[in-house]
Amino acid sequence: MRKLVYLIMPFLFFAWGTAKSDLVVSNWDGYSPPDIMDTFAASTGFEGEMSFHATNEEIMGKVVASKGAGYDVLFVSSPFAEALNELGLLATINHSKIPNMKNLDSWSMNLDFDLGNQFQVPYAWGTTGICYRSDLVSEEPTSWNHLLNPPLDLHGKVTMLSTDRWLLSAGMLSLGFSVNETDPAKLDMVKDVLISAKQNLLSYDDTTFYSKLVSGEAVMAHAWDGWCNYATWENPDVKFVVPSEGSDLWVDTMVILKGSKNMDAAHAFINYILDENIGAWTIENILYKTPNKAAMEKTIPGLVDAFPNMGYSAQYLSSMETLKDVGDATKLYATTVADILAD
Amino acid sequence: MKKIYLCIVFCFLYIPILTLITLSFNKSGLPTSWGGFSINWYYELFENQKIFKALFNTIIVAFFSTIIAGLLGTLLAMGMELRKSNKYIEATAFIPMIIPDIVMAISLLSFFTLLQFTLGLHSIIISHVVFNTAFVCAVVRTRFKYFDHNVIEASYDLGGKHIITFIKITLPIILPGVIAGSLLSFTLSFDEFIIAFFTSGAGSSSTTLPMLIYSMIRFGVTPEINALSTFIILFSFTIVFISQRAVKGKLLI
Amino acid sequence: MFKNKLVLPGLTWISLFLLIPCIIIFTYSFFERGVYGGIEYNFNLENYVRSFKWTYFKILLTSGQIAFLAASISVLIAFPAAYCITKANPKYQILLLFFMMLPFWSNYLIRTYSWMVLLNNQGLINNLLIYIGLIDEPIRLLYTKFSVIVGLVYNYLPFVVLSIYASLSTMNKEIIEASEDLGGNFFDTLIRVIIPLSLPGILAGFIFVFVLSVGNFITPDLLGGGKFLMIGNLIYDQFLSARDWPFGSSLSLILVTIMLSLLFIQSLILARKKL
Repeated sequence: MRKLVYLIMPFLFFAWGTAKSDLVVSNWDGYSPPDIMDTFAASTGFEGEMSFHATNEEIMGKVVASKGAGYDVLFVSSPFAEALNELGLLATINHSKIPNMKNLDSWSMNLDFDLGNQFQVPYAWGTTGICYRSDLVSEEPTSWNHLLNPPLDLHGKVTMLSTDRWLLSAGMLSLGFSVNETDPAKLDMVKDVLISAKQNLLSYDDTTFYSKLVSGEAVMAHAWDGWCNYATWENPDVKFVVPSEGSDLWVDTMVILKGSKNMDAAHAFINYILDENIGAWTIENILYKTPNKAAMEKTIPGLVDAFPNMGYSAQYLSSMETLKDVGDATKLYATTVADILAD
Repeated sequence: MKKIYLCIVFCFLYIPILTLITLSFNKSGLPTSWGGFSINWYYELFENQKIFKALFNTIIVAFFSTIIAGLLGTLLAMGMELRKSNKYIEATAFIPMIIPDIVMAISLLSFFTLLQFTLGLHSIIISHVVFNTAFVCAVVRTRFKYFDHNVIEASYDLGGKHIITFIKITLPIILPGVIAGSLLSFTLSFDEFIIAFFTSGAGSSSTTLPMLIYSMIRFGVTPEINALSTFIILFSFTIVFISQRAVKGKLLI
Repeated sequence: MFKNKLVLPGLTWISLFLLIPCIIIFTYSFFERGVYGGIEYNFNLENYVRSFKWTYFKILLTSGQIAFLAASISVLIAFPAAYCITKANPKYQILLLFFMMLPFWSNYLIRTYSWMVLLNNQGLINNLLIYIGLIDEPIRLLYTKFSVIVGLVYNYLPFVVLSIYASLSTMNKEIIEASEDLGGNFFDTLIRVIIPLSLPGILAGFIFVFVLSVGNFITPDLLGGGKFLMIGNLIYDQFLSARDWPFGSSLSLILVTIMLSLLFIQSLILARKKL
């Protein structure tokens, strides 16, 4: 026993690698300017550091298990922001400390999961649709059914997203249901549609579908608009379409954790991100649309020719249904997805 | 015959690595299509402080967790083999290998939070030691199966002290197991992502390389990482090569 | 007394940093998921009832099948390799082991990506097979059980070589020479002497690949195209996507129970084989 105490002692004294700054932000790598923390410090005097998460699910799991200790600001997608808020982990946004809120498009400030930005500030947004090689398809896809039941020559050349919400919403939209549908009977129908769609898939793919499109391994992919732009960047024949049945609006948000020790720094950071020039960097470098109206006006004219989906207006985007946390039905969603993937 | 077989196995192990090295010169950022030759990714790599900081953190974690687990695992294996071990001890030493990573990650984080333990590199090391100990123990134990326990008894009977018996008799017998177990443990720890992510502190100061690489998923893992892997492999290769030269063909250890 | 103390540091570490935390998590399996993903503390066994759904049983079977194949193939490839290494000049043995591990100091994710490059329809392997005339059309290698198994074997093979090497190198040359002197040919020696003697290493290696494969969630996702859900993916999804810790815990507890039973079956076999 004594031996063990000796072994652990050094760790307690030299707590390696523990954060010592005013502000800790967690984001996906590559989603904001690489030197953001340095320029933020130069402009506001707050020393911060950026750490990274791989997926919404992981940072959410970590924050829930640790009650949010250590982090101040997180970048997460809207259903996760909503759930974090319901779990009581988020601070209320103090609008008076974020003057750059004025740069936000008014459409983005009244999204139905958070009217008036109580607990989140939108960072980037977009929609989900079909990303395809216009030079390799015989007819341009226009409907979700095209993806779920592709023409014979595309069998084995289609990929779909496998993240619970988006996989299900492809089936829901094709049947004309809401993307937040919770009726078990309707979900059963969705399940059948998606199981039969599985026969013609190359693979489920959430992360590398755009490189499959560029190499021609896949011809049609269920994709988020911003990621589709990466394929278009490599090969202009890659196009994006929102199916006629409509689609969802996804929003990546910034939230402040309730346990944050430095609310001023956290608000200052969000304010800094909403700055016109930082916003312009974001749009030009990650090719995602943002609700930062000032930055959009500055950059979009130069991008819209090469990446037509960058031209979708805020009004158009906000006409789509947002994904909401479905509460107890999450269990049903998970079971349905397991049934589909295991079939 | 033996050499040919080993060559084939080494080819199998190195072909994906050669692919990866080739991709590190790929101008396009995509893993599946060739966009022309470029050494640009190496420039970007060497300008990227973040990656080297993460590499350094990873080496610290892998090194210390290997040292501690090497010690604990070897002792555990000796203890289990030198007496009739019972099935509760067997089960305890087996569980770290079979418990799903995510369960271990979440339960450790909840536990550390409960104790209000500050998270950082040290908490990743503590967590990695848990599963590494089990793996080292399993490898070292394979050395004992046909081990003549009488040798040790004889040494005690002749008045040998524990430590002397250990150094002169037990250690030489189990050494290949300890080396193999430590290599395994270092490799597991070097590549481990999910437990490290959960038990690390917030902030870049305890970000390890696998964590950094996975966080790029949303925007595509750039060939910068291929360049880094090439660099790590060539660097390790060179160190071993030089040290071999330096000791003129003597054993590494 | 001394021998009893040897196990203490390791066991204490594992108990403190694994068993106690996990017991806390496992008690959740008797409760319910809260509406937004927390825990509702009302005791019930619903999660266990749910675990016996046919879908989950099927996932368990698929995982078992893939992990078993991966482990068997790894042992078949690794055993001769480990044997060759023990036969090599002792000066180079450690060096050979080291070079075997070296590729694995890159990164799991990008090693998996490189298999995607090698195995796809226009990949190196299909092109090679077409070039030497074995096939006319590219065959589907990627996103099949085959590619998942290749990925698992690739990533875990060196661990099996290490563990078989560790037990094989115990064997002193005299035993093998004795067997050969007694007129046994190479295969007799192999089957009657070498394999039984290295059985602990073979079993340990088999178990490594089996347990690491069953719990793996990245390889089935990328190389299997997400079309085969393995138990590792399922548990991962319960904890993170569905935020259903109680159900995730019950699945994990069932998995741990099954694996522990397998371990005891294995130790029974080993006990019987003991000389």
